[in-house]
Amino acid sequence: MFAYPTVRISFLFLALAVAGVLVADIAITTANPWQDLGQFFLGVATPNFFSTEGLMTALLRTVAFAFVGVTLGSICGFLLALVYRSLPVRVFCAFIRAIHELFWALIFLQFFGFHPLTGVLAIAIPYAGIFAKVYSEILDEADPEPARLLPPGTSSLAAFLYARIPDCWVQMRTYTAYRLECGLRSSAILGFVGLPTLGFYLESSFSQGLYSDAGAMLILFYLLIATMPLWVRPKLLPFYILAAPFFLGEGLPIVWGNVERFFTEDIIPSPIRSGEGLAAFTHWFGDVMVTEALPGIWNTVVLTQIALVATGILALLAFPLISSHFGGPVRRTSGHVFLVIARSTPEYILAYILLQLWGPSMLPAVVALALHNGGIIGHLIGRQTNSLKLRPDAPKGLSRYSWELVPRVYRSFLAFLFYRWEIIMRETAILGILGIYTLGFYVDSAIQNIQFDRAMILILITALLNIGIDALGRLIRRKLALQTMPSC
Amino acid sequence: MSGYDFNGLTASFDGERVIGPLSFSVQKGEHVGLVGKSGAGKSTLIRLLYDRLDGEASLIPQNLGLVNALPVFHNVFMGQLDQHPSWYNTVTLVRPFRRDKDAVRTLLRELGIPEKLWVPTAALSGGQRQRVAIARAIYRQAPTLLADEPISALDGPMAWQVMAMLTQQFATSIVALHDVEMALAHCSRIIGIQDGQIALDAPASQLTTADISELY
Repeated sequence: MFAYPTVRISFLFLALAVAGVLVADIAITTANPWQDLGQFFLGVATPNFFSTEGLMTALLRTVAFAFVGVTLGSICGFLLALVYRSLPVRVFCAFIRAIHELFWALIFLQFFGFHPLTGVLAIAIPYAGIFAKVYSEILDEADPEPARLLPPGTSSLAAFLYARIPDCWVQMRTYTAYRLECGLRSSAILGFVGLPTLGFYLESSFSQGLYSDAGAMLILFYLLIATMPLWVRPKLLPFYILAAPFFLGEGLPIVWGNVERFFTEDIIPSPIRSGEGLAAFTHWFGDVMVTEALPGIWNTVVLTQIALVATGILALLAFPLISSHFGGPVRRTSGHVFLVIARSTPEYILAYILLQLWGPSMLPAVVALALHNGGIIGHLIGRQTNSLKLRPDAPKGLSRYSWELVPRVYRSFLAFLFYRWEIIMRETAILGILGIYTLGFYVDSAIQNIQFDRAMILILITALLNIGIDALGRLIRRKLALQTMPSC
Repeated sequence: MSGYDFNGLTASFDGERVIGPLSFSVQKGEHVGLVGKSGAGKSTLIRLLYDRLDGEASLIPQNLGLVNALPVFHNVFMGQLDQHPSWYNTVTLVRPFRRDKDAVRTLLRELGIPEKLWVPTAALSGGQRQRVAIARAIYRQAPTLLADEPISALDGPMAWQVMAMLTQQFATSIVALHDVEMALAHCSRIIGIQDGQIALDAPASQLTTADISELY
């Protein structure tokens, strides 16, 4: 079995994760974790939709921010995709998408304050980077033959519109719709840093122990995402896009003096700002690295590796839930519901809820990341098994699972997993804002202490770490000849 | 221009020579049939000629090169994208102009598929797709045609009619055909390709099916 490189790499990652568990801080620290969890589920079972009038407004704001942010991101991403061959553009896109929406929001909050622009840009900027990459991949896959056959003298605009776009249109539309769903999740969690979306109300309900209110919000959020095919219609889209900017809320006005101060003073490393010279800067930088960056990187990497393997295990356990090779319609329907809930709950909200219930440690983060990402991969793999035709006398039950299905889907399973590696790391870093000692924790503390110079250095380091993991993931996928389209 | 001189045509795949070096010239008004068994290098030769002519010819490649997501009308209209300003082409993508619609419909009627004007080419049968590629080549109104098995998916009478149409619409043509009788009937000159070299070059009127079958 160890002759297969895919098996060897799997066990290598498993061993790394086990080693990670030994050194990681994994514990339940609250006095009554299961009682709290029970109360939370009771709250979801008895949702209270009418407690605050703010609930509907929050839902509306969540949708509005998602639409404006994703629209802006997709337009900019499309334009960037046209020049994606140029190396500076690729590096720029890799950089802006390596910084999580919440980090962007934290940055913009410092100088735009609670203005709608903060939320819109926090979504639009990283999404533009992602759209640029995926759109350019889709455009590259278009059949080059029709363009070759055009009469010479055809303008490049006409060539692009006729010979390139139509071939890619369906794929680009599907991907953009998927990103809109992601945008709703991003928009919801922006509330956790104070923007007027769902996360804000979820946090305040939780902190007051109003589990029924929180349950109502979660249920409405699932309904919003599950009914997307019904209300996101091509004919209605122009209407939504035009209307959305008017529903972002007023926020607070931008103080332009703050913007100027942020760029000319706040983010300049303090020794340079006060003119203490290079030696002081080196000392300052060393201090940031030793006391904040290195512990942050260590915890981020450890947590990412554990969460990655936990995601994989959960996905492998979960895919039979929706596979047509097992069980009856009842089991599959409940499996679908479970996976829909797991993948449409933003990992940040899952982690937040679990953290409230179990207390601060890496455990809630691992469970949240594994549930969300495992739900996504399990769904994709389960759907893939449905297209497999087994021989009529194929074994049943566990043997069917381990001998017939897993070997057939294992390569694409690994491809999805390594594709999500970078995404998991980005999320891991951000979960630090909730109090787990990953990079986000140190970024958040630096901002709390009004040390924006430190925060910017740490965000930069986070971005570089993500870019590194992304490159490593791609290298492994190439070495193992694993291929996926960016569909998750 | 009185014709084309092709000199020193060569092509290699993975370091292995598949065509030439070969040279020949084609006079204006000639209709050349390229024959030879599959793998002899006919398709590669057609590609080479297309590159040599710098796009100044209509090409019907074997894989047709249709944009599957677009309707038949737009695939045919693509033959004249260089004739109109960009705004005109862009508007046409959304809402075609009447005179273009009429012109394309007339062409499709001659090819027996007028009812397919607004059907996406992905939804057509092999023979219908081939006729769309032929319509696009004719619509382009280039003086010369390069075609690689343009009638392979058409049945008897339709194939005959289309070949007659092609030789009539284009002053000069070079067409790769596996159907030897069709080549003899519609072309004025036959070039036989064997192992990437010209093994036969004669006026069609001087040849019989038996002469050509030696190539196979």
